[in-house]
Amino acid sequence: MAPTWEDLEPGAAPERREYGPLTRTHFVRYQGASGDFNPIHHDEEFARSAGFPTVFSVGMLQAGILASYVTDWLGPANVRRFAVQFREQVWPGDHLRCSAEVTKRYEHDGERRVDLALACERVESGGAAIKGEATFVVP
Amino acid sequence: MVDESAVGRVGQPFDMVVERGKIREFARATLSASPEYLDDPVPVSPPTFLVNAAFWTPPGENPLTVLGLDLRRLLHGAQEFVFHGPPPRAGAELHARTRVDKVYEKEGRRGGTMTFVETVTEFRDGQGALVAEARSTAIETARAPEES
Repeated sequence: MAPTWEDLEPGAAPERREYGPLTRTHFVRYQGASGDFNPIHHDEEFARSAGFPTVFSVGMLQAGILASYVTDWLGPANVRRFAVQFREQVWPGDHLRCSAEVTKRYEHDGERRVDLALACERVESGGAAIKGEATFVVP
Repeated sequence: MVDESAVGRVGQPFDMVVERGKIREFARATLSASPEYLDDPVPVSPPTFLVNAAFWTPPGENPLTVLGLDLRRLLHGAQEFVFHGPPPRAGAELHARTRVDKVYEKEGRRGGTMTFVETVTEFRDGQGALVAEARSTAIETARAPEES
């Protein structure tokens, strides 16, 4: 059941959700789906030559997982803005935990909207992988 | 280091078709099981789907490659998508163009200058109306992480 306008007061939040563990297969599947073939996410030799211990996830993969999490809640046709800032890198074996919270509920050009604060954290380290924001219309 | 004269540089325009199979592949890769992506015969595209413009950008037009950024020292700092209505659905034909919006430098916490490059891609429909904008912030670090 999609939440209603009445449900979506500031502070309203869906249940947090965990994903993972992320594997190299997740990285290459996302690279094929997205068209970003930066070798640092799948080529061990390249990643080491750049000074990293191994390959690491594509930032836009965890951003995409966070987007899936929030569109599952408020509906994919209703999104009007989705913005992320990348913090810590995500490594093979990491689990991710996504969360969201309504920060503002308002009308804009005759549409009912909510702004959200989004987060994606690395479960094992507790570090922030992504901080984000989104805007959805509420039909 | 990127020359600040890159600001305002506009890439060659290109067309992009939003495809059902690509939406399905993208939804699965981003761990969604939503029937709105997977079962709808004309699905809406996910919020970050427009990164797929990478497949439609003319050869040699990738803005980061054109600017000579070093992939070994490149980080994705931030990404934003703004939609001027519902995101495009399968079958949508979009006309896109990327411009370099900002180039600036900041001192890194552990020394060394970081270069920030913000590019904006505009996606328009057949009537020229703005459908979506994607803003990408790339950061070129001063040196590989091992040495910092």
